[in-house]
Amino acid sequence: MGKILEVKDLSFSFCTYGGIVKAVRGVDFDVNEGEIVGIVGESGCGKSVTAQCLVRLNPEPPGFFENGSIQYKGTEIITMTDKEMRKIRGVEIGFIFQDPMTSLNPTMKIGKQIEEIFVQRNMYNKKELKEKALEILKLVGISDGERRYNQYPHELSGGMKQRVMIAIALVGNPSIIIADEPTTSLDVTIEAQILDLLRDLQKKLNTSIILITHDLGVIAKMCDRVLVMYGGKIVERGMVDDIFYNTKHPYTSGLLGSIASLETEKDEELEPIEGTPPDLFSPPAGCPFAARCEYAMEICYQAMPPEYQLADNHTTMCWLQHEYAKAIDLPCKKKLKNEVMQ
Amino acid sequence: MRKYIFKRVIISFVTIWVLATIVFILVRLMPGDPFSSDKMTPEIKANIESYYGFDKPLIEQYFTYMKNIVKGDFGYSMKYVNQSVNKIIADSFPYSFDLGMRALSLSISLGLVFGIIAALYRGKQLDYVCVIIAIIGTSVPDFIIGAMLQYFFGIKWGLFPVAQYQGIKHTILPSIALGFYTMAMVSRLMRASMLEVVQQDYIKTAKSKGISKFRITYKHQIRNAIMPVVTVLGPTVASVLTGTFVIESIYAIPGMGKYYVQSVQNLDYSLILGMTIFYGAFLVLANMIVDILYGVIDPRIRVSGR
Repeated sequence: MGKILEVKDLSFSFCTYGGIVKAVRGVDFDVNEGEIVGIVGESGCGKSVTAQCLVRLNPEPPGFFENGSIQYKGTEIITMTDKEMRKIRGVEIGFIFQDPMTSLNPTMKIGKQIEEIFVQRNMYNKKELKEKALEILKLVGISDGERRYNQYPHELSGGMKQRVMIAIALVGNPSIIIADEPTTSLDVTIEAQILDLLRDLQKKLNTSIILITHDLGVIAKMCDRVLVMYGGKIVERGMVDDIFYNTKHPYTSGLLGSIASLETEKDEELEPIEGTPPDLFSPPAGCPFAARCEYAMEICYQAMPPEYQLADNHTTMCWLQHEYAKAIDLPCKKKLKNEVMQ
Repeated sequence: MRKYIFKRVIISFVTIWVLATIVFILVRLMPGDPFSSDKMTPEIKANIESYYGFDKPLIEQYFTYMKNIVKGDFGYSMKYVNQSVNKIIADSFPYSFDLGMRALSLSISLGLVFGIIAALYRGKQLDYVCVIIAIIGTSVPDFIIGAMLQYFFGIKWGLFPVAQYQGIKHTILPSIALGFYTMAMVSRLMRASMLEVVQQDYIKTAKSKGISKFRITYKHQIRNAIMPVVTVLGPTVASVLTGTFVIESIYAIPGMGKYYVQSVQNLDYSLILGMTIFYGAFLVLANMIVDILYGVIDPRIRVSGR
């Protein structure tokens, strides 16, 4: 289980007419071989930008790296030229996008879109290309590949299109697949199918997956490790069990409180997190979540909390962990569960 | 697809029939008649009118005319003595068609190239050059451009003949003058469309596959961006072909424009009708080809047409 991706102190900003938007502000994480890492957070927390930084898909300019390093198998990604980057994209790191409806070229046949990754690199002849495409279509669970090969995206259903997107991401046999909210625009039954497919493929091919989502249910189902992002920072990270049953950041706890589970009573109200995320044009000096946090102390508004190591893989960025802070028992999934059972 | 084309052909014939009927009525509603003149005595006038069948009831004339059109006979001109409308069209249309096609192919190809370049170099000098050309093209009328070209290229620098239509060299200035507006419009449309397509998700998908910029542009961007341009091609063909009237008179080209304008002034009923129906049929055909072409480029249209 070697590290294949190491992100250190990554900061990425966008230059806009309104000023500089600090989308990602110092993010560190690793991805090990064959592991599924989840990144969870609400819209605008920087999770998609972080993911796109890894293959440099953010438009540069207006976006630019302020700081940090991304090491893929020991090579630095941030300083790569466009030409070097093209050798990484698709064959080393694959990408699955959020909306399969708009992410496929409407005027190009499915088969051609899958093959293109090799056509660009002059890798196989025509017959081999088609074999490759049909093989991958079969792998992602599209049974009548021969027919689908010659179809256009509009002739496929949403779930089918997402399978094609997965096929495109997988066909270059990458070591890492970044799935940016792969099921957000699909309905729940299809969502379950697609997630199962991703997990099966991950086991079969031993690929690492970085799964970006705002759905903690997806995280629970899929991931080994979880990074919780807020305001361009990772506020809590840990194994799935740490996050769900030993929650240490008020934001994570808020996220957990706002999802319904099987134990939720009929007339029980879900608890939303009040307020809005911080303005990333001028992010607050202190903890980004302080303004919405019910446990916020004075220090929270003034200084950025350090990252507290709670266990081997579990850290959190919250002043509540400081020795002077009073001990607060955050509601977490297990507690909710126990309450219901009593 | 075959059914779709068949349907389109039927609709086209109906369109032309409606056009012929309306023009037939409108022409007769105009005050005056082709033979009024100070020297004309009532006897001679009655004689001529009976020769052309004007003494019969209008409805009978209409049916006779329709019958003749179906046979492809537009009748004789009422002003150009002993010239059939068919012959006038056959003599003059090749010039107009040649000029129109040259102007169209020039303007569409250059317009697309300028539009693509402007979009690829957005915000840079090359973009501004293309945008300025486009602004000039859309805001300056073609007869001014025609006259300017004559003055600079024809008289001042002596590079091209000022007028007439006798060889390749003669065709260049009128083609540019005629196609300038269309070129400007196509380039503006293509630029906007390219910039819109580049923000689409599938361009990002292509990028994530490690496809080169060049390949993304020509395989993904252009094919999708060209759609709105194809949509306006039908009306564009119309505007270029009607635009020939002005350009033909500036460059003294013996095309249809002269006959068309004069036929209206002369109240030359058969020539007006013949020319209008001919033009109408031509435009209907052009639109039909564009619609079929649209289906070829965009697979989504193809399905609905089946």
